[in-house]
Order: sequence, then structure tokens, then C-alpha cells
Amino acid sequence: MKDNLILYIGILIFGIAAPFIFPAFKVQLSILCVLIVLATTWNIQGGEMGYNSFGNILFYGLGMYLCASVQVGMFFPLAEWTESGGEKTFVHTPTQFFQGMAVGLLVAAIVPTIVAGVIGYSILGLRGHYFAICTLGLGVAAGEISGGIEIIGAGQGFTTPPFPDVGSLDSRGEFFYFLSFFTLVLTFIAVRSIYSTRFKLILNAIRDNEDKAEAMGIETMKYKIIGWMISAFFCGLAGGIMGGLVGYIDSTDVAFDGREMGVFMVLMAILGGKGTLWGPIIGATVFHIFKEGFWTFFLGWQYVALGVLIVVIVIYFPEGIMGWLREKYPERFGEVIDEKDRKAQVELK
Amino acid sequence: MISVQACLDGVLLGILFALIAYGMALQWGVMNIINIAQGDLVILGGYIAYFMYLYGIHPAWGVIVAPVIMFFVGIAIYKLVINKVVDRDLFISILATFGISILFMQLMNFAFGADVVLANSDYGTTMLFNNNVVLPNSKIFSAFISILFAICLVIYMKKSKLGRAIRATAQNARAAKILGVDTEKVYAATFGINAALCGVAGALISITFTIHPYMGLPYTIRSFMIVIVAGLGNLPGVAMSGMGLGVFEEFADYILGTEFRIGSVFLLLVLILVYRRFKLSRKREYLK
Repeated sequence: MKDNLILYIGILIFGIAAPFIFPAFKVQLSILCVLIVLATTWNIQGGEMGYNSFGNILFYGLGMYLCASVQVGMFFPLAEWTESGGEKTFVHTPTQFFQGMAVGLLVAAIVPTIVAGVIGYSILGLRGHYFAICTLGLGVAAGEISGGIEIIGAGQGFTTPPFPDVGSLDSRGEFFYFLSFFTLVLTFIAVRSIYSTRFKLILNAIRDNEDKAEAMGIETMKYKIIGWMISAFFCGLAGGIMGGLVGYIDSTDVAFDGREMGVFMVLMAILGGKGTLWGPIIGATVFHIFKEGFWTFFLGWQYVALGVLIVVIVIYFPEGIMGWLREKYPERFGEVIDEKDRKAQVELK
Repeated sequence: MISVQACLDGVLLGILFALIAYGMALQWGVMNIINIAQGDLVILGGYIAYFMYLYGIHPAWGVIVAPVIMFFVGIAIYKLVINKVVDRDLFISILATFGISILFMQLMNFAFGADVVLANSDYGTTMLFNNNVVLPNSKIFSAFISILFAICLVIYMKKSKLGRAIRATAQNARAAKILGVDTEKVYAATFGINAALCGVAGALISITFTIHPYMGLPYTIRSFMIVIVAGLGNLPGVAMSGMGLGVFEEFADYILGTEFRIGSVFLLLVLILVYRRFKLSRKREYLK
């Protein structure tokens, strides 16, 4: 516990200092924070609860649209804003921008949570691959339908309010970095405290054998919905931040991008190791570094690389980095192994 | 008259969907794999016919060429990826085929460009009911060919040795293995046949409709939907629900507008799954 505390403080200090040490990578670092949030919260119901969802992108995209529309709609008519497209007829003052952002993020977090609660009862009754395909369908349907709604820009996209002029040029990057870093810390604290409660054990029981868990007197449906709502809350928040960061929302390419972000969050959690606290964080970091390198050097071939990457990870690396570490150094994970037994096994190999 | 038009269009379209869904039901039943890349195999088959058209061969011959090529593509996919995920967790296979789907989508985008294309068959149109209903002959042709292929396949599955081995493996893979069926080979053949069916359907789609590298996923979802509505191994059910889906789509297209067509298909999938879940939960069961 004690060295963990030092580790946490170290990471926190690094996180605060990072934008000043690597000023050129501020946007990348903010995206990394958002990715970690997404992977960690996917892990709550994907890894711990065993409900592998492709549909968390729904909450992410919903949060993105909501945050931006609230931010615009609080001060200006939304329809005229989207109609004007890239040309800015309205300009947010700094106060308006930050007020809008705060309210927008609040809405972006709460509405997806409610949506998850409402649809959760019907959808979480499905199991296994039916759940996976159903959520995949939900995500794509949301993208297609939002692409047909005029007030949020339909097919041509929606420009989020540009960052106001508050003096220095770096302030935009710093603002979004600290916003996403704060969200990351918040998520980590929340997830960590969840994982130390009985709630996590219930989720694991649902994953391992739902029927038995129900027979033991656990109201599985209630806990499944709560688990999904927690995921949705942070996904919506992450979406809201990402919308402001990217600056432009398109229904199928940015917001409900099941082909990219929707798969990324699953892949990152699996790469790091599902069902662990640190797995998604490590997985997201490794994945983001790898992805950025690939995206730069193999421009144009990135999706080919992504497809190959998915297949390779899934086939040869389904336990993830944490699983591999656990097999390699079981003592570090609190598993006691008889030394003699282990030696015998090593010799056998 | 428009509703008659939509119904006829939908039925002819639905027969095509049913052919793709039949392939999906086959591999789902035999290998217990849901292939997300199904739709991309369809589109690949479509591009084969389109290229024949570009080189001056009538695209209808694609119906014969595409399945042959796609059969080997299917076997290659099986040997490279699927045989490693076949007895693992279902989610692993979904994710792996999702990866294949993204890979195919992008490779096709590179190879054939991101334009919407169609292979023109010059079949003309048929007018019905005082010229109020227009049916392109290519649609009738494609429905006819789909039915022909489906019947051939059913007969093949009933009569041939390989068909018997496939059915035995679907019933009980372990028992089939004990009785001397080379299940590995059966799996490869099943995947190949599925890919070949996708190739036929794709060639027909390239004649009747349009193809685009990114249009694969809706075909996967449609076939998945048809299979879960009909149930595995229920062939008349697959045909019926395929036509039902086709009609639904045409009406959704007509009533809601084309931009909501794909969205309504995906939404229908969610609704069907939720409906079945509530129906089963009354008996304290769930979809397995």
C-alpha cells in the first residue's frame, strides 16, 4: 500500500508536469487521458461484469453531441449555428465558453447515464454474443440516425465552439489537457474505490456464473444496470471533452465512430488485460503510442494495420499484458506458489 | 401502387438477404462462429463481378466466377485466423472477425477506390399493372439465381458425403470426430461454402444494386437478424424472414427517407433482440 501511494503521487506529479515537459504533445496527452478513461470504464462492464459491449460508443457520441449543443444552445440559436457551418457568425466570450462547457459536461455525463439506465433493463437481459451484437447495432444505429438530424448538422457535421482568446496561445491545449487529466484522476479514484467494495465482487460473480449469482440471492439485473450506468457516465464525460478537443463533430466519423473509437476501447482493455485495474491503463498507453507511431509512418494504411492488430492481439494475446505479467511473476500479484513446485515445473518446461 | 412496388422490390431483395443469411446460419450452426466479416465477403464478391464487367465480360458470369474465387478466399481466412479462434470464447471470434472486417474494408478501399459502383447488366425492365410498377429484370434474375443456388446447396447438404459430415459436425462435433469425420476439414469446407455463397450474393448485388467498400456491415447485421428471427437450421424460416426484412426495408426507405434506411435496419435488430428477450424472460430463460 505504501509504495503504491508513492507510485500514485509520482504519477500525479508527472501528470501535472507533463504538458510543460512535452509542450508539443499536449493534444496527444489529452487524447491519451480520454482513451484511458474509455478503456477503464469499458473494463467495468466488459472485464469485470463479462458483458462485452461494442455499444459504449453510444454514450461517448451522445456526450459529445450533448456537450457541444448545450454549449452553443445556451447562448445562441442552435439551428443557425449548425447552418452557418464553419463560418462563425456568433463568438463565445470566455465566460460564456467556460460556463457552457461546465454545464455541457454536466449534461453530457448525466443524460447518457439516464439513457443507460433506461435501455439497460431491456438490453442487459441479453447475454454473450447477443449482447455484443445488439450493442454493436445500437452504436451504428445511433450514428446513422444522428447523421439524419438537421439541427445537429446532419451529414455535414457540427463545429464545436472555438476556444476563446484568453491571452496566450498555449491555453487551449493546457485547458483541455487538465480537463481530461482531471477526468482521468476522477475516473481512477471512482473505479478504484468501486473495485474495493462488494459491488465488484458481485460484478465478478455475474461474469463467472450469472445463474448461480442469481440463485445466491443477488439481484443481478440491478447491479448490471448500475455497472453499465457507471460506464455510461464516464463515457459521456469523455465524449464531451473529446468533442471540444477535436473541434468538429461528424456523426459517423467522430462521434459514433464504431469502427475506430468503439473498437479501440475494447482493444485497449484486452491488450492491457481485462478485469484488472491497471490493465486498461497500460493497454491504452501502449496502444496510443503504437497507434500514433503507426498512423505517422503508415499513413493511409492505418486501418489495414488496425485490422491486423486486432486479429493478432485477439488470437495470440487474449490475456493481455497484465495476464502475461501475472503468469511471469505470480508473486507480485499476491499468489503464493510453492517454490519446489515451481522449480519442478520450470524443469519440465 | 407504391406499396405494391415496395413489396415486390422487398421480396426480391429479401431473397438475396436470405441467401447471405443461409451462409451465416450454416457456419454459425457448424462452427459456432458469428462472422462479422460476412458483409465484407459479400462486397468482395461484388467487386469480382464488377471487374469482370470492367474487362468486358458480362457481369452475370460473376455468379459462377465469384463463388469459385471466394471459396478459396474463405479457406484462406479459415486457415489463417478462424481455426485459431474456433473453440474459444464467442466474443474472441466476434472480435477477430471484426478485425478481418476492418482489414477487408480498407484493402478494398485501396484496391478499388471509395466510389459507389455498379455493374450494368443491360437486362432492361419489366412493367406491370399498366406501367405503374417497374421491375428491373436484373432483380428478377438475381432472385432466381439465389433460389437456384439455395436449392442446389440444400440438395448437396442432404445427399453428398461432405454435406453429411457437415451436418454431423453441426449436431455433435465430438461424436463426429470419434466416428472418423475430419472436423478440421469440415470447418474449412463450411467456411469456404459460406464465403462462396457470399460471393454469389455479392455478384448479384453488384448487378442489381450498388457496392461500396464500406457497405459490408449492414449485410452482416441483416443476415444476423434473419438468422435469429428464423432460428438455426430453419430454412423456410430464413427465406420468409429474409423477404420480410426486405419488405420492411423498402417501406422504411419509402416512409422515413433513404438516409434512415440503414439506421432503421440496425434499430430493428435491437428491437427484435429486446422483444425476444422479454418473451423469453417470462419463462425465466434467455437467448443462448
